[in-house]
Amino acid sequence: MNQPSTLQAVTANHLLDGDVVYLTAALGWSRDLAEAAITDTAEEAGRLLAAAEGQEAEVVGPYLIDLARDAKGRPEPLHYRERIRTRGPSNRPDLGHQAETPAVRRQEQANVSL
Amino acid sequence: MYRYDEFDDRFVRERVSQFRNQVERRLSGALTEDEFKPLRLQNGLYLQLHAYMLRVAVPYGTLDSRQMRQLAMIAERWDKGYGHFTTRQNIQYNWPKLADVPDILEALADVGMHAIQTSGNCIRNVTADHFAGAADDEIEDPRPTAEIVRQWSGGHPEFAFLPRKFKIAVTGSPNDRAVTKAHDIGLRMLRNSVGEPGYEVIVGGGMGRTPMVGKVIREFLPKAQLLPYLEAVLRVYNLHGRRDNKYKARIKILVHEAKLETIRAEVEDEFQRLLAEADGPTLALSPEEIARIEAYFAPPAFEKLPDADSDLDAALMADAAFRDWVETNVVGHRESGYRIVTVSLKPIGGAPGDASAEQMRTLADIAERYSLDELRVSHEQNIVLPHVRAADLPEVFACLQQADLATANIGLVSDIIACPGMDYCALATARSIPVAQEISKRFADPALAKDIGKLQIKISGCINACGHHHVGHIGILGLEKAGVESYQITLGGDATETTAIGERAGPGFAYDEVVPAIERLLDAYRALRLTDDETFLQAYRRLGAAPFKAALYPQAANGSRPAVPRTEAPRTEAPQTEAPVTTHGSQRKAAAAPGEYVFYHF
Repeated sequence: MNQPSTLQAVTANHLLDGDVVYLTAALGWSRDLAEAAITDTAEEAGRLLAAAEGQEAEVVGPYLIDLARDAKGRPEPLHYRERIRTRGPSNRPDLGHQAETPAVRRQEQANVSL
Repeated sequence: MYRYDEFDDRFVRERVSQFRNQVERRLSGALTEDEFKPLRLQNGLYLQLHAYMLRVAVPYGTLDSRQMRQLAMIAERWDKGYGHFTTRQNIQYNWPKLADVPDILEALADVGMHAIQTSGNCIRNVTADHFAGAADDEIEDPRPTAEIVRQWSGGHPEFAFLPRKFKIAVTGSPNDRAVTKAHDIGLRMLRNSVGEPGYEVIVGGGMGRTPMVGKVIREFLPKAQLLPYLEAVLRVYNLHGRRDNKYKARIKILVHEAKLETIRAEVEDEFQRLLAEADGPTLALSPEEIARIEAYFAPPAFEKLPDADSDLDAALMADAAFRDWVETNVVGHRESGYRIVTVSLKPIGGAPGDASAEQMRTLADIAERYSLDELRVSHEQNIVLPHVRAADLPEVFACLQQADLATANIGLVSDIIACPGMDYCALATARSIPVAQEISKRFADPALAKDIGKLQIKISGCINACGHHHVGHIGILGLEKAGVESYQITLGGDATETTAIGERAGPGFAYDEVVPAIERLLDAYRALRLTDDETFLQAYRRLGAAPFKAALYPQAANGSRPAVPRTEAPRTEAPQTEAPVTTHGSQRKAAAAPGEYVFYHF
């Protein structure tokens, strides 16, 4: 199997509230991308996705996203759609995950182009 | 306005009960997501980027204060304190929790509302002129017709699984405020040569990836024969509409491919057959039944008032802000001494169509006290107070000011239609709301906005065109191009009775380039117009696209390289109801069906 060109993680929406979640290494779900299981191999990506697809009682529509690490080593989605999902509506910093993000981190995120 | 009868109430409450059971079964694991998804969509529940979204039907945009208060209560109790009024005259809640949705639907049923047929391939919530029953140019109130269509189409078993969704709009005025020519069926009320009431029936209009202006399929349809004719159109569409390619499944494609004459003949055959059915014309309405429905929409108890009011004149003289607001947000009424007030949900820098629960309550209070208990949601994402006494305008303005609802910008540059875009929508390819907010802020100066004059900017965050960009004087379409947002600008669209699809001006603009581009465009317009009264659209029609394109692409006009390479825009698939999930990265597939009509092509 070919190696993926980028880092990958599995995301989905939580069944109960639709919130954006990420699959962790323990095959649980976290609302924090920093806690996601991140892989750089296609085999592991496939294994994580298969594990996620078996968790229909908890999440809806799992899929893989492409990531890169920022200067501080934190994972950041490559695609702007996923960056918006990670944070919340770009016009409403009071809503979504960004509302619970420390102000310093919000400022850092604001400096990253969507 | 129409009130649910016993049948309506029982039907809606049974649906709530069914859905409550379906949610319980999904949560218990008895239903898979594949099994549950069509059920939730049939109840208006989508799963969007960050959360579920519940789309609530507001039939022909008409609400009373009790319903608006309930919408506010729902926003506060089960959502995040606000709602989003849409271009379909509906309201959407962006953050409901799955387990709460049955309770929300129950609360809606308590005030005669629901979320049925706000999704799926069925006949959607019927829309109508938001000035219905108040407009001074109205031939006839379109709401009884819209209500008849609502009753006929609601839960219609034959049309529950059409090839694609189906939208019907009604106008009772020659000045079309309901965009009837951009609907699957548009009904224009008129009278024939001997004064009998009826409809001009328009078919095959629509926006989306293949925008088309509707065509007149019947020049005059007697009022009593409305339902047999609609039934005939839907049957022909249901039979022949394509099910092999959802991008070609709307009736506009059928009419385009099979030709209007063919469809007209088939519809006429079916129509005549329905009228002549052995048991009689069961769908044709008797005058008594029409009168029964019309009685629900009888004009409210208007007072006999002089049209002029000295106190109002004094207030206009004394307060420039009030004067500006009256000039832009208030129009004449069919009754002497009354006015129609449009409350802008486009504060400078705000998200178009959003209203807080507190604002909704304020609107309900104002409607109850000053507008004979009526409100309308406009497809332009504003709220209409249809029956305000002219003498009450100063008080209404003061109440609106207190609630940050007194922006004087109706019909001006900052009165922008924008879909939710990628800030919320799973289908979107780019953001819409922040683009609208930035344009609004750039043209915040009331004097500048007034100088620019009547202008409709409409923004869609994907090719599905929920933001009506095709019919914007200036349309903005957000796409994805090489992994970043790219915005195409269209010019010359028209949403009125002279419907026109805007022409694409040229290569797309990066997110940060959109506002400067609009600024150049409007600078050019102001330099080019013959008089201050010549609107942007009039100037565009007089001059053609060339001078406006030159303003948008100055480097190209000067013979140097265009600012953006002229490459083909990516054409992303638009899923039927919700975005597909990709299995390998979040990049969407760029694909077009073979032979598909290519509108966005460099």
